[in-house]
Amino acid sequence: MISKTNNIIQKRETKIIKGNVAAAYAAKSARVQMISAYPITPQTTVVEKLSEFVDGGEMPGTQYIKVESEHSVMASVIGASIAGTRTFTATSGQGLFYMNEMIHWAAGTRLPIVTAIASRGAAPPWNIWADFSDVINARDTGWMSAFCATHQEIYDEILMSYKVCEDYDVLLPKFVAYGGFILSHTSKPVIIEDQDLVDQYLPPLPDEKGWPQIFLDPERPMMHGNLIMPSGFYSEFRMKIQDTLMKTKDKIKIASKEFEKTFGRSYGNGLIEEFNMDDADVGIIIYGDLALQMEQAVEELREEGYKVGMVKLRHYRPFPTEDIRKIAKKVEVLGVMDRATAFGSPTGGPVSGDVLSCLYDTGITTKVLPMMAGIGGREVTLVQQKEELKTLIKIKETGELPNNLIHGTLWDGILEVK
Amino acid sequence: MVTIKETLNEACEEYFLPGNSCCAGCGLEIALRWAMKALGPKTALVTPASCLNVVIGLWPKTAPNFPFINMAFAAGASAATGVDAAFKAKAYRFPNQGWDKMTTLVFAGDGGTTDIGIQALSGAAERNSNILYVCYDNEAYMNTGIQRSSSTPHSAITTTTPFGKQRYKKNLPRIMEAHEIPYIATCSVSEPLDLYEKFKKAKDIEGCKYIHILAPCPPGWGYGAEDTIEMARLAIKSGLWILYEVENGVKTISKASKKYVDPSKRIPLIEYLSKQKRFRTVSEQQLIKLQEGIDKSWKVILSEIEAQEK
Repeated sequence: MISKTNNIIQKRETKIIKGNVAAAYAAKSARVQMISAYPITPQTTVVEKLSEFVDGGEMPGTQYIKVESEHSVMASVIGASIAGTRTFTATSGQGLFYMNEMIHWAAGTRLPIVTAIASRGAAPPWNIWADFSDVINARDTGWMSAFCATHQEIYDEILMSYKVCEDYDVLLPKFVAYGGFILSHTSKPVIIEDQDLVDQYLPPLPDEKGWPQIFLDPERPMMHGNLIMPSGFYSEFRMKIQDTLMKTKDKIKIASKEFEKTFGRSYGNGLIEEFNMDDADVGIIIYGDLALQMEQAVEELREEGYKVGMVKLRHYRPFPTEDIRKIAKKVEVLGVMDRATAFGSPTGGPVSGDVLSCLYDTGITTKVLPMMAGIGGREVTLVQQKEELKTLIKIKETGELPNNLIHGTLWDGILEVK
Repeated sequence: MVTIKETLNEACEEYFLPGNSCCAGCGLEIALRWAMKALGPKTALVTPASCLNVVIGLWPKTAPNFPFINMAFAAGASAATGVDAAFKAKAYRFPNQGWDKMTTLVFAGDGGTTDIGIQALSGAAERNSNILYVCYDNEAYMNTGIQRSSSTPHSAITTTTPFGKQRYKKNLPRIMEAHEIPYIATCSVSEPLDLYEKFKKAKDIEGCKYIHILAPCPPGWGYGAEDTIEMARLAIKSGLWILYEVENGVKTISKASKKYVDPSKRIPLIEYLSKQKRFRTVSEQQLIKLQEGIDKSWKVILSEIEAQEK
């Protein structure tokens, strides 16, 4: 039985909750005005919790539409965002693929929509477990994308995302992705922040006029998304999205710093988070929940005397090119671990390909090993992660790559196939 | 029924302005012009992919002087649902500013309604979203070059049915009836007063409203630009297009179609077909099939009205 409570102001408290519930709490803390959602495993408990909040009177004034498909989810969120409201939704895998057309639409319209992604593998065969191929699939759409490694980070990153997206110099949408089931359905302590503090941290809700330059107001009739000839400003609109995304790197760093100042929790520089990298000669770039366990693997190898370090990639778009170059310069061997596929690309992994491409023509001679693990939610153990690090150490020691690479990439934990 | 004089007095304001790039004799233009006269300035329009995306003006030219969102093909009804939700959220934060009085209108073609947009429309209708959804029906994909849609009538030639369509026109108003929404109406551009009144009525109804307008298309149907009104009128006179309303489940035949309840008052269908090049290959057998379709529609609609009167 859900009790109806009337607009109780949230005080700072620690709750033991699922990752999905942390996402729902973040939307509530951000005082989102419009939610639209369609159920998909493993995102479902986000929308269930939000239903409790909205129907239970804990989010007064918030409109929650339960639509009939993900395509309609993003379309309705776009409509509400154009009309000048703070919006939220969440989805996973197939749902994100199905809304792909509208994903482009949201970025092209320059809307500050935040979307939580409980990531899962792409079908067929059906797969509902942690794999970031879904959010990677939307990488060229103009959306920012962030990966979370912990439950707290889901809550925190959603708040930081509203801060960045609604910056008037940005006005672009963002995905906040975390591994399906591994984070979405396990419970951990999460600090839900004081509402007053969140209100101070976030920009105010859009006023009656809506966003600057984007509004739906009978007093100021505006047309959105006209057909535009090649000689018009289409190329320039696209260039501006790229220009903005690149400049957004600084905005993300600032938002992260201010977050630390306000709430006392930090996530590296916002774009990446380094772990034991200062004196490391071997490093690994890794993202999502796998990064959490990798911390332990790094610590244990440190105890064995190896100078290993780890870089948690927090943002995939915009890609932290400058930070990655600095990291690569520090070490002799750099592993790049993907939990997503980019078929037919030079490495088969999306992030490893990007890392290699941003090292081009920089004079950096660090050996880079593209790696894959945990595809479709395949378990990656601590022992396995330590072995991954040892493989990198061996490359440093011998100067030779392992002989079991598949088209230049190490697919770790893969079963034997014909 | 309003008189012409009354309508002209209260509807002199124009919202869909001259300078748009509609073809001469465009049925859509008449439909939108009169719809907006009835709805007034507190209206936000969502248009999925259709002729309307183009004819409202290439950027930076814009013909509408009301808020307008161009939307993806399948997303008319869903985007409008979101717009309406935002107006409700704004009405909560900024009460008494008229945000709760906004009309969220969708103007979609028959392809965007009966084919690719039907899922979103059905969803919005089932939720009873507070939107007014309008299908301007020119009976094919005219914007992309006259391809068949599920709203194309039997025997009509299109670029993808070079020998005439083999299937009947999908009856979307009936599908909408199955959703039990508060208001459904059919309109024709040849009856602007009827259209004006129905939009006025729909505007004040809370929930999902659906209006289906027959909007002839000179290049798509193959007739002269000066004959749009005549084509729409012949469709009514032959009994092919029936004007009616369904208010809270109660169906009534509108004035312009009442006369044609009596089959002897209807003009022969061939008079309608023979004026359009798209029907140039209609055989005697096809004519019989089309006539059977008309007779069946009337039979169904009249039996329903009879049943509700009992």
